Amino acid sequence: MHGIDELKERASKVRNKKAALGPDINLDEFEKALVPHQYLADEDLCALPEDEQQRLVMAGLDLTKKERSGTFFQKDTTVVHCDTKQEDIQVMPIRRALEEHEWIREYYWKLVQVDMDKYTAAAELDLHDGYVIRALPGSKSIYPIQACLYLDKEGLQQTVHNIIIAEEGSELHIITGCSTSPHLKRGVHVGISEFFVKKNAKLSFTMIHNWAEDMLVRPRSVARVEAGGLFLNNYICMKPVRSIQMYPVTHLMGEDSVTRFYSIIVGSPGSEYDVGGRIFLKKPGCRAEIITRAISNGGKIIARGHLIGEQPGIKAHLECRGLILNGGTIQAIPELEGHVEGVEMSHEAAVGKIAQEEISYLMSRGLSEDEATSTIVRGFLSVDIPGLPAQLKAEIDRTIEASDKDVM
Amino acid sequence: MLLIEDLKVEVGDKVILTRIDLEIGMGETHMLFGPNGSGKTSLLMTIMGYPQYKVTKGKIFFKGVDITDLPINERAGLGIGISYQRPPTINGLKIRQMIQICAGDEAEVEDLARRVNFVDFLERDVNAGFSGGEIKRSELLQLMAQAPDLMLFDEPESGVDLENIALVGKTIASLLQKDGDPLEGEQKSKMQLKRERTKMGLIITHTGYILDYVTADKGQVLYDGKLSCISNPREILTCVGESGYEECVRCMA
Ligand SMILES: Nc1ncnc2c1ncn2[C@@H]1O[C@H](COP(=O)(O)OP(=O)(O)OP(=O)(O)O)[C@@H](O)[C@H]1O
Ligand SMILES: [Mg+2]
Repeated sequence: MHGIDELKERASKVRNKKAALGPDINLDEFEKALVPHQYLADEDLCALPEDEQQRLVMAGLDLTKKERSGTFFQKDTTVVHCDTKQEDIQVMPIRRALEEHEWIREYYWKLVQVDMDKYTAAAELDLHDGYVIRALPGSKSIYPIQACLYLDKEGLQQTVHNIIIAEEGSELHIITGCSTSPHLKRGVHVGISEFFVKKNAKLSFTMIHNWAEDMLVRPRSVARVEAGGLFLNNYICMKPVRSIQMYPVTHLMGEDSVTRFYSIIVGSPGSEYDVGGRIFLKKPGCRAEIITRAISNGGKIIARGHLIGEQPGIKAHLECRGLILNGGTIQAIPELEGHVEGVEMSHEAAVGKIAQEEISYLMSRGLSEDEATSTIVRGFLSVDIPGLPAQLKAEIDRTIEASDKDVM
Repeated sequence: MLLIEDLKVEVGDKVILTRIDLEIGMGETHMLFGPNGSGKTSLLMTIMGYPQYKVTKGKIFFKGVDITDLPINERAGLGIGISYQRPPTINGLKIRQMIQICAGDEAEVEDLARRVNFVDFLERDVNAGFSGGEIKRSELLQLMAQAPDLMLFDEPESGVDLENIALVGKTIASLLQKDGDPLEGEQKSKMQLKRERTKMGLIITHTGYILDYVTADKGQVLYDGKLSCISNPREILTCVGESGYEECVRCMA
């Protein structure tokens, strides 16, 4: 098949091409061979070792599956669980999709460029697996679909490719957690994600990262939103990681399409985060918002944001607030690009510390200094996300609550 | 009981208060008058324990405990509370959560809020975009939940419209046990009420409107960083109204 060979060829040419941003990773140092794992039945999920369960729950996984409409679980290179409770929402491993469904070729590598850098090349040449989640036209996920990418094998390069499709008029909510087993120290995660939000569809994608101190993470994702579509992209990373670099892009292709990026990042010592969002507003009536809350506890955080307005009557806003609690750096890099008259674009960025006045205020209501500080930090991190189901909002709040001690 | 002895307070290198002596007995309410910038807010913040107001001389006792060097929250724990003139905004913290913090969790939040017309604000961030009058009601609501024994009110009625001023006045009166316990059916005599009263208040006011709702035992005038006279609060108001603070402080001294 011509198309497939061509992808491989393009990827091969950039095997060693460094990424535009972030420290370079020597991928040769990591193993890529398949790591077999047993498929887990429902009851096996709940029988996983206690400490492993804890890591998974922290990453947003509901092991009982009670409040989830579907589940995808990949351990290292192998899919260990995959099913769906709703007939109108498909969940399947991407390898199977590539073998069995011709239609997947209309989506595979259609948004992310396979020859962008060595990481996209690796995703084509060393693909392990990944998920395809597709909500059929007019369907609505009763509960969120959950997807988990889990690393267990020391020194592994996990390479996945995900495709998410919200067909016309559908409503799809996904929570995806990336995590590592309690003993794992070092590894690489390369993940391609391509999002297709069709006419009047609504997609929310909430990603919780729970990596390990020596993990290197290079996600590459692009979304395409058609007329009247809504794409909510939430990102939460409150645990240490060696280095993560990602710059997800959204193309608002249709009139009145909307996207919102919300990111919550807590930077631990020794961790480096270079994260951002880039949004192209290509039709009148498009709306975009990028909101970031960053806390540094000694980590290095670069928060980028880039809005490109190409048509009159678009509206876009970028907001980054950073708190430096215990050293480290926060660098906010907001960029606005208006290409025609009649665009409305703005940004605000602020980096600072907690105001003593706020701490004193809460202390005069009876809280100790530490309690007051954590109350303010929790407030700082809690952003209202319009359109997010209450259940996912609760999931985010729980993550924030649970990592209180990492924040202070 | 609050007892302040020969207090001197500095902010940065600037002396803001000097030779302050003040005694508020059990069940007493005092009014605090004084021109803009005379140090009224500073005195309240010093009693509450704000670290930027450095006590360089003198002592503060509350309930017999020397609190001069205690942190703010320990003073709150002993029963001191304040309604601020200009409290800060706390993003992401809802009024509902704040009330629970004040009450130490088990609060009938809705019931309390209803009493100051504040139910609609429970899901708003603390003080975010509140109007002047709304801030006052929010502060009173927090004090209601906290129920301290000594309450410091910093201009509780300024910026409050005519309709709400009655609400604010009556709420303060009730906080300070001026109206008896409405739940106890029997009517008590004024003397009896006064004897049983334990709550103490120190209220800053420019206008004295609050006196229509809250009777005060004493009035104090802070002038140029010093407490310059103690008298009947109505008399002080009249005097200041007729001849200004400077004249008033001189004639009454
Ligand atoms: N943190 C500070 N730094 C510098 N000066 C201060 C500080 N706090 C208070 N002051 C000064 O101390 C003086 C007393 O201020 P304070 O706020 O106590 O006055 P006030 O009597 O409450 O006035 P108003 O009636 O206007 O509220 C003022 O001159 C003020 O500028
Ligand atoms: Mg004042």
